[in-house]
Amino acid sequence: MATTAHAPAVTHGHPPTTTGLDHRKIAIWAFIGSECMLFTSLISTYLVYKGRSVSGPFPHEVCNPPQCATTLKPILNIPITSVSTFVLLMSSLAMVLALAAVENKDKPGWAGTGAWGRALASSKLWLLMTAILGATFLGFQAYEFTSFVHEGLTIRQNLFGSSFFTLTGFHGAHVTVGVLWLLTLLAIDMRRGLGPKDALIVDISALYWHFVDVVWIAIFTLVYLIR
Amino acid sequence: MPHDTHDAHGASHSDHKAMGEVHEHPSWGTYKWVALILTVITVIEVWVYYIPVFVASRLFVPTLLIMSAVKFAIVVMFYMHLKYDHKLFRALFTGPLAIAIVTLIILMFLFGHLSIHAG
Repeated sequence: MATTAHAPAVTHGHPPTTTGLDHRKIAIWAFIGSECMLFTSLISTYLVYKGRSVSGPFPHEVCNPPQCATTLKPILNIPITSVSTFVLLMSSLAMVLALAAVENKDKPGWAGTGAWGRALASSKLWLLMTAILGATFLGFQAYEFTSFVHEGLTIRQNLFGSSFFTLTGFHGAHVTVGVLWLLTLLAIDMRRGLGPKDALIVDISALYWHFVDVVWIAIFTLVYLIR
Repeated sequence: MPHDTHDAHGASHSDHKAMGEVHEHPSWGTYKWVALILTVITVIEVWVYYIPVFVASRLFVPTLLIMSAVKFAIVVMFYMHLKYDHKLFRALFTGPLAIAIVTLIILMFLFGHLSIHAG
């Protein structure tokens, strides 16, 4: 058949794509682009409703009677959230090191020969570290949500509660998916080892993880720090 | 198990490189400096939050927004490798991001703290 004569050589891997790029990587960037819009809509909602709650607790202001039954202090805990922000930033560092370890697995000694070099070259270590740091961030979020509920702020309490829990809850759900994704990669790495041929699938998960990080960078400033 | 040279789609590592998917990424040294810069900016952000005079000034919000934007850009460029990647990926990310930011600004002018009350 005439068309088969022009078909790409299957033994050389991917058939050529119209863009010359792998569709999976295009798909993850398109997905991240759409996620930008999702999170911006949630952040917009939070900012539009900011300062319009008629009853407390409030994020940065003291709530006095009669707005609140008793005097309530500002509810956001900046020191705790700062630590959780640092944890998420460090998880991004661990993720790039995991990707570097996978990409360079076929180059023995690329990271050096000492104990630190061996640690740098361990994709399992960095995947595990990223998952642990992600889970730690989720622990901080669970603590924050629980303490807010104990202080009288629920998703139904006021506009601040509704928009805050929706925004940070969506972000937390994304982090949870990311942690599960990382644990899946770690399981594959433990079972058969991840090597340079797997760099793309690790790269895709890394892009998702870093996106979750940059969303938190925006949330931390716009929700927690700006009064 | 030894690594074979082809993935589930039959593509080898060199094929990925040929298709512009795998690029030379920054070294550990670059990643270390990026992490340090991100940490320092975060510390400064939290520090200025606790300076009442600065919080009351007009510089507070722009300063925080700029620092946040710098952190955002650093992560996207170095950790997400967008600085080194194909321009199509850059377009797929910055296009929707630009639309989203413009929409946010418009919403803030229409309904938020920047709203202009006519009449």
